[in-house]
Amino acid sequence: MEDYRRLTVDTVRRGLQEGRFSARELAAEAIRVGEAQNQASGVFLSFTPERAFRAADRIDAKVAAGDEIGPLGGVPLAVKDVIMTAGEKTTCASRALANFIAPYDATAVEAVERAGAVIVGKTNCDEFAMGSSNENSAFYPVCNPADPERVPGGSSGGSAAAVAGGYTPISLGSDTGGSIRQPASFCGAVGIMPTYGRVSRYGLVAFASSLDHIGPFSRTVKDAATLLRTIAGGDPYDSTAARIAVPDYPGDLSANVAGLRIGIPKEYFAKGLDAAVGTRIQAGIHTLEAAGCRAVEISLPHTKYAIASYYLICTAEASSNLARYDGVRYSRRSASSGTMRDMYRNSRAEGFGPEVTRRIILGTYVLSSGYYDAYYRKAQEVRSLIARDFAEAFETVDAIVTPVSPFPAFKLGEKTSDPLQMYLSDIYTITGSLAGIAGMSVPCGKSPEGLPIGMQILTNHFREQTMLNLGHAFEKTGGFEG
Amino acid sequence: MRITPEEVLKIANLANLRLSAEDTARYAEDLEEILTYVDQLNELDTTGVEPMAQVLHEGNAAPLRPDIPGASFEQGTALRCAPQAGAGHFKVPKVIER
Repeated sequence: MEDYRRLTVDTVRRGLQEGRFSARELAAEAIRVGEAQNQASGVFLSFTPERAFRAADRIDAKVAAGDEIGPLGGVPLAVKDVIMTAGEKTTCASRALANFIAPYDATAVEAVERAGAVIVGKTNCDEFAMGSSNENSAFYPVCNPADPERVPGGSSGGSAAAVAGGYTPISLGSDTGGSIRQPASFCGAVGIMPTYGRVSRYGLVAFASSLDHIGPFSRTVKDAATLLRTIAGGDPYDSTAARIAVPDYPGDLSANVAGLRIGIPKEYFAKGLDAAVGTRIQAGIHTLEAAGCRAVEISLPHTKYAIASYYLICTAEASSNLARYDGVRYSRRSASSGTMRDMYRNSRAEGFGPEVTRRIILGTYVLSSGYYDAYYRKAQEVRSLIARDFAEAFETVDAIVTPVSPFPAFKLGEKTSDPLQMYLSDIYTITGSLAGIAGMSVPCGKSPEGLPIGMQILTNHFREQTMLNLGHAFEKTGGFEG
Repeated sequence: MRITPEEVLKIANLANLRLSAEDTARYAEDLEEILTYVDQLNELDTTGVEPMAQVLHEGNAAPLRPDIPGASFEQGTALRCAPQAGAGHFKVPKVIER
């Protein structure tokens, strides 16, 4: 099929309307390409052909009848395997849920299907979305489409690689501390962490509930806008999903960003930033200035405390959330289960990989008697200070522009031996997560070795339109290619 | 911050995780390294700073919805993923010893 690997929402729509292909042919091609490459790429954990063909046939019938096919009509879409798809496996890349069949759809999954998207498979990720390289998948790693010896980033590595590697035009991922933005940067895709509460978390398997988000991956900013509009909005099943009207992100998309003030936080360009990444981001800022933006230096003084705050909060929440995997209701049960207590302990030990275990232990420790105030409460107080840094910055700027990751994609196995070093690499994404604001990674050229580099655009709560407009302007002026 | 393998075992016990001796030693080292790192939070005076437990917005501040009964899972759906089920129940090892 011509250019399958570069399709976008618009080109799918045009192709369907002009009869150049059917939705069924697209779904078949998505699954064929995905399956043929999966041994090498590791992108998918499962395919959902029956569900895909059912959805595709509905679209083809609508095309034949001349009916509206919906904003995502016929577009193949991959879903991170921490997001529930009724009747399909949802493993969270964990042995604990290796055979789990989701009993219901996530609200975001219902929304994309209502908009006409065709879900073709579930993507690989770090176990329970805990990781920055996708190497914590219990099943197999994912290769970066730009260089198979390198990681795709994480934890939504499969969803990023699905879009950047040519498997599906759009995908859904989840972001807790950078798990959409960082793999988008490493693979060369557009990826968005919406404002906390913009998208319902119902059906997203919980990792750290005060930080978890579902968000889109795409090849163009406009497609990200379309997908975000589809999944955003309040939800009676998620009390944290804000009942605030959803703007027409794609309809209101404008490349006119003249006069916008963009803050450049000096703490993000200090030591530890790879020189090639720094150069590309500076060039990106100049591109935005050429489009009429005014760049101003700002300070986010509590940046250096973000990782410590984040890893205390997210592990505390994870230890509580993962208590539900008890080997009774839906998670794996150990074959050696003498007493009830043995059954719990053995089932959980066999079900969880090393990083998940490490985080449960750390989280249990920081919540345990005598340590709660010193660690968990302290981390939440520092979280307030970090959120205040952003609130003050957004009084004078419309957006903040930073790198996504201190370096481009690293080699498989390069950082697995030192968990703290892996955590430190999340510095530029974690701050926005703690503040609950919106963030996007857009491609911003390549390193000298040809590895994609992403630029992060952060905006205040519910200011996704400004973020999207900046990304759109950047894309139109050739910023993606650098 | 010194973390002993015994402390890790105590925590693992609270979290219902069985650990090998080798893993216990490794997690003690990891925990020690991470807790030493997070100690830097004590450089900050947070007196009078409210802890931020949740991101709240206008629009999710009053999240109560009307309490109207709706459809819920069929028993079979709820039991379908259970490792052991029977007679409409989850089956577990004996809880009370004779």
